[in-house]
Amino acid sequence: MLRFVLRRLMLLVPVMFGLTVMMFIIARLLPGDPVGLAAGPNATQAEIAAYARDFGLDQPVWVQYGRYLWGLLHGDLGVSIFSRRPVLADLIAYLPATMELVFAAMALAVGLGIPAGLAAAVWRNRWPDYASRVAALAAISMPRFFLGLLLQLTFAMWLFWLPLGGRFPIILEPPPTVTGFLTLDALFAGDWEAFVTACRHLALPAIAMCLSPLATIMRMMRASTIEVLQQDYVMTARALGLPPRLIVFKYVAKNAVSATLTVIGLYFGWLLGGTVLVETVFDWPGIGLYATSAIVSQDFMPVIGVALVIGLMFMLVNLLVDVLYGVINPKVRYT
Amino acid sequence: MTDITESARSYAMRRGWFRFRQSGLSMLGAALVLAVLVIAVIGPWIAPFPEHIAGGVDTANRFRSPSMAHPFGTNELGQDVLSLVLAGTRVSVLAGLGVVLIGTIGGTLVGAVAGFVGGWADEMLMRLADLKLVVPGLILAMAVAAALGPGLMNMVIAIALSWWPGYARLVRGEVIARKEEVYVTAARAMGATPARVLFRHVLPNIVSPIVVKMSLDMGFAILTVASLGFIGIGVRPPTPEWGTLLSVSRSYMPDFWWTAVFPGLAMFTAIFGFNLLGDGLRDVLDPKARR
Amino acid sequence: MALLDIRDLHLAMRSFDGEAHVLNGISLSVERRQVWGLVGETGCGKSLTGLSVSRLVPTPPGRYMRGEIRFDGRDLLAMPERQVAALRGTRIGMIFQDPTTNLNPAFRIGTQLVDVALAAARRKPGVLAGGGRRAAERLAVQMLEKVGIANAAERLQDYPHQFSGGMRQRVLIAMALVGQPDLLIADEPTTALDVSVQAQILRLIRSMVDEFDMGVLMITHNLGVVAQSCTHVAVMYAGNIVESGPVRDVLMHPRHPYTQALLAAIPTRGTARGALRGLAGAVPNLIAPPPGCRFAARCGRVSAACTVLPPLTGALHRTACHHADHADA
Repeated sequence: MLRFVLRRLMLLVPVMFGLTVMMFIIARLLPGDPVGLAAGPNATQAEIAAYARDFGLDQPVWVQYGRYLWGLLHGDLGVSIFSRRPVLADLIAYLPATMELVFAAMALAVGLGIPAGLAAAVWRNRWPDYASRVAALAAISMPRFFLGLLLQLTFAMWLFWLPLGGRFPIILEPPPTVTGFLTLDALFAGDWEAFVTACRHLALPAIAMCLSPLATIMRMMRASTIEVLQQDYVMTARALGLPPRLIVFKYVAKNAVSATLTVIGLYFGWLLGGTVLVETVFDWPGIGLYATSAIVSQDFMPVIGVALVIGLMFMLVNLLVDVLYGVINPKVRYT
Repeated sequence: MTDITESARSYAMRRGWFRFRQSGLSMLGAALVLAVLVIAVIGPWIAPFPEHIAGGVDTANRFRSPSMAHPFGTNELGQDVLSLVLAGTRVSVLAGLGVVLIGTIGGTLVGAVAGFVGGWADEMLMRLADLKLVVPGLILAMAVAAALGPGLMNMVIAIALSWWPGYARLVRGEVIARKEEVYVTAARAMGATPARVLFRHVLPNIVSPIVVKMSLDMGFAILTVASLGFIGIGVRPPTPEWGTLLSVSRSYMPDFWWTAVFPGLAMFTAIFGFNLLGDGLRDVLDPKARR
Repeated sequence: MALLDIRDLHLAMRSFDGEAHVLNGISLSVERRQVWGLVGETGCGKSLTGLSVSRLVPTPPGRYMRGEIRFDGRDLLAMPERQVAALRGTRIGMIFQDPTTNLNPAFRIGTQLVDVALAAARRKPGVLAGGGRRAAERLAVQMLEKVGIANAAERLQDYPHQFSGGMRQRVLIAMALVGQPDLLIADEPTTALDVSVQAQILRLIRSMVDEFDMGVLMITHNLGVVAQSCTHVAVMYAGNIVESGPVRDVLMHPRHPYTQALLAAIPTRGTARGALRGLAGAVPNLIAPPPGCRFAARCGRVSAACTVLPPLTGALHRTACHHADHADA
């Protein structure tokens, strides 16, 4: 298993390399005038040239790329033209917020989607199943940013139950950083009040994010449960007098979950990309918001950095899923 | 009486159409899609205030709540929201169609080349397609759209760039499967070109999954177009676009909620329609995927 | 009173093309310590008969039109599902054909055995001496030892894929017997196994009959299996029992033309080249079956009388044929 993990980690290298090439092509070969944008509308030619020299943008593309790769090997992801801060530092600052949001959404999606899918399969072709199918299609069709706005409108602006946006009030002292996840850090610090505050800020964005993966996981879980229910061993379990509840919740559920797991891994990347919209709506200080502002100002070093981080996270999570899959399904051999 | 000469294919089609009609949801989806398409064509002409679509303003009537004269209310410029939403349908549908068509044609070409040529070309193209799995399409589209600058065509290109790999994989798999079949070898021995093999033997086999995928993708393409508009990259005002409308009116919530809610609902309805239709088509055309 | 008494059972199954009349008046009774072989070709309804006894035929698409299945004197078809469920595992055990697909691959066999034992003990306290999980584990080990699995205590920790096919079938037998059932239904228990393993499994089932004082309904398409391990046999054809009785009588002196044809189709060492006879024709369509004897279309002795369904007649050795061969009876 260690060898399996190592081999998969080795695969990361060519993918990351390909990513940098692709992003560089987009960033440098397409029209656009990042320097002019950064220098501002009143900048003189000389100022713009100086700006370009500062960031090495006067060099040919392959020289720029070579320098970028060289920097990457030394853990340097370049410098943002706009903020003039190193991209790596920004990413380290913004990534935990995004990861917390993604994990919260994923936890909701898995926690609700798996039982819902199981229920839809058990009541197959009866009204709960039909209702869940319509609901799932509606959930997938709902734009996340529109759902976010509706949630804000309802729960923050009309009912005043939850905060409108942000991650933690500026006036309050955040818990000491351990994991970077405010909810966990607050728990570690034993600060109950901070925990509740963090959860209240997390709630709406997480709900807005989780709906679509929830629907997909539910449909997937339904399909795999139906398949498992038709297996011989379920018939045997019934014939030998195991109670139906035990059969469904223990035996069938475990087999069906292992088939659903792979989807969860694939959805993770989708969620990471989707944070862009939700973070914009809820003013959530993560890499999505960071990427958006960088893209709008054609500040490409941060964009490449975000793409790399998301790609890395995606591959690591899928590796984790594959390992988990082996734990649930003992027949899988790591090769 | 069934006509004896009726072919198996037309029998299957009749049965499929029967099943499709039996499902109320699929019919609802088809009706929604039809309505969206019709509005996309005639929208600007049935709009109650066509002058607002071209960018005309009416500052005396800012932020009117929904009424008989303005069923969806008016926005910060006094424009009739219903007119804007109706006109926005055309932009979304055009953009969605553009993305799906470019994605389908490009993906089919890439998949066919990868499948027929094989070897390093296959390897290169498919690794490129795999990269798409790793970078979320939205971020890629955002980056490309920002670099290309605003405008409907640029946006369509930007989104289509991340759209082809799904189709490429589908076509490539089928090409590789068919290439080895005896009748294809025989056809090639008789001088059939790869293009002929592609159109005669490969594509007919995957028309159903491609149609299903296109229908479902229409929904997602419209969603992506609106997302770009919402972020502020994409079609610029005064061209009315649902995502842009929503993003502008965000700042006027909660008091003037109608400026945001109605464009959002239009978006949801259109996407929901295409998804319902695609789901229904999948039941009929691709029974293997059904459970 | 017989342990199991099936009387004139009629079952129809709905399918895409129409409703098939798959069981057409099955009558059969099994006593304790009897091993009944139910033989017939694929699709003749023998497995559905077995599943019916556990009430595991889904309805719909299945529909019982007539008849009863009396178990210990009570009609299973008239019972609510809850009561039938209470019988499964503790009164009626089942073994299925393919040991590779009938154990859940994601759970240790210990877990599966213990769960079955605990479920059985809840309805039949005598199963577990002390009660509780510990006792269930002890019982699981005992059962595995009884079916001939070495190092039983350690193997509880293993997953199904770590066992060979024959060993898996032994585990399944242990699971079926853990609740000490009175009736065991074995649906083709050896079909998926190597010939050398088949004999071991059959011997195992045989030895369990006396130990548990139970009756067995063994479903098979293999007359060799019947000859080797059954006390009685019932031959099925297209939803009917055409001949039944003690194994020796039926196999040595078959009276029904179908049974005779089946026996003639078995190659033996003395069979001369070319002497092996197959059976011409095909099984009738069960959706709109012809009236009368369902074997008529393939039978050499067919006459006008055969348009009426012949009843199963006789005392011990019973036959359903208007032209049964009584010459050597």
